[in-house]
Amino acid sequence: MGLFKLLFATCFLLMATTAHAERITVAAAADLKFAMDEIVTGFNKIHSGDEVQVVYGSSGKFHTQIQQGAPYDLFFSADIGFPRELAKQGQSASEVKPYAVGRIVLWSAVVDATKMTLYDLTNPKITKIAIANPKHAPYGKRAEEALKAVGLWEKIQSKLVFGENIAQTAQYIQSGNTQVGIIALSLALNPELAKKGRYYLIPENLHNPLEQGYIITKRGANKPLAKKFAEYMDSKQVRGIMMKYGFALPAEKVGK
Amino acid sequence: MFLTDSDIQAIWLTIRLAMVVTFVLLIVGTPIAWWLAHSKSRLKGPFGAVIALPLVLPPSVLGFYLLLAMGPNGPVGHLTRALGIGALPFTFWGLVLASVFYSLPFMVQPLQNAFEAIGDRPLEVATTLGASRLDAFFTVALPLARPGFLTASIMTFAHTVGEFGVVLMIGGNVPGVTRVASVQIYDHVEALEYAQAHRMAAIMLIFSFLVLLALNVLRPDAFKMARRD
Repeated sequence: MGLFKLLFATCFLLMATTAHAERITVAAAADLKFAMDEIVTGFNKIHSGDEVQVVYGSSGKFHTQIQQGAPYDLFFSADIGFPRELAKQGQSASEVKPYAVGRIVLWSAVVDATKMTLYDLTNPKITKIAIANPKHAPYGKRAEEALKAVGLWEKIQSKLVFGENIAQTAQYIQSGNTQVGIIALSLALNPELAKKGRYYLIPENLHNPLEQGYIITKRGANKPLAKKFAEYMDSKQVRGIMMKYGFALPAEKVGK
Repeated sequence: MFLTDSDIQAIWLTIRLAMVVTFVLLIVGTPIAWWLAHSKSRLKGPFGAVIALPLVLPPSVLGFYLLLAMGPNGPVGHLTRALGIGALPFTFWGLVLASVFYSLPFMVQPLQNAFEAIGDRPLEVATTLGASRLDAFFTVALPLARPGFLTASIMTFAHTVGEFGVVLMIGGNVPGVTRVASVQIYDHVEALEYAQAHRMAAIMLIFSFLVLLALNVLRPDAFKMARRD
């Protein structure tokens, strides 16, 4: 009985302490993994006591989940099309804001990718190539476009394996299960992956731009912390972090 | 057409995978179950626990370890390369190997129960009548354990069809090779193709229900038969 009381008291205390601080959950595309971790650390330093949680995954999945009332207050998509569609359905509490333009790279942990181009993928020594699933992962879609643009898509079809999202694709390559693959520049620049392999930047003109955008969801509408986080995205620190991870910033592209 | 070609391909692949896995596990699982049912070894406890691990382990754990083990730097990867088979991840046989581990308890445990229920007595009688041990196993134990084999095979087949996490980890989503029905449904949902997802999901639901119904209908009968013997 004493133990039961103690448990009850602990639960009560835990609930009481979390009630004061504000808490938001951010759904972020897998390509943001490392950049967003750094952004959140910086944000938490300024807003100590409050809590920002991040969930990483594929943009398409988040889109579906938010439609079904998933508990995310902000949604950072790798493809601006997903938040645009949510906004159209009245699921957004903010305008759809572009925050970055992504790039794709050929990356390998076993060969020096800096000496490669897309044409080397036909080399018979390369038996498996990982890309994100073009059906629903924006980076996979761009990889498909680039491979089609150079006329290789059909030729290397039998070598392709598909990651569920861009992070899993990187994991397939990093573990050596495929010799090469196409991943986000933001992942290739992350220290963890940068020490394991090198990359070749795929020319931008081979695929549609990977315009990325975010929204505050309907659920985050009345949370001041969500708004503060969105404002923080415009800060100099965040722009620095995004550029460090290989994202081009949309505002600068327009020449603002 | 009600289903697309790639849906049918995924379903057919799933059935093929489940059949191969059930067949492999019948061969691999029977001696294991027999040993577990009859052994008095101290290793029986730990070994039984290892067999049961897939029941409690998250599929992601199993998938992650299998991917590392079968990869070019893992022990299984070294072995398959030395044998000239090549790397197993993202191949049909890689999925078979993973599913054999994943569905192992679903084959072994019903068989073990069946063997234990028979007990030593019928086999001892057979031996006194002059049957060799192997002979006794095939002519006495196997027919007596038939309901156990039926349950084990149906459970193994169904469990392999229901696999998702492990396949997602080691499959690489290759059409016709590793893109099974559960993954295909996931892809439909991700791509916002809800109508197609609904159709396949409904097929899976009906299939699963029928399997469980079959188990319920067949098993009492089968057990009665065993008792009559």
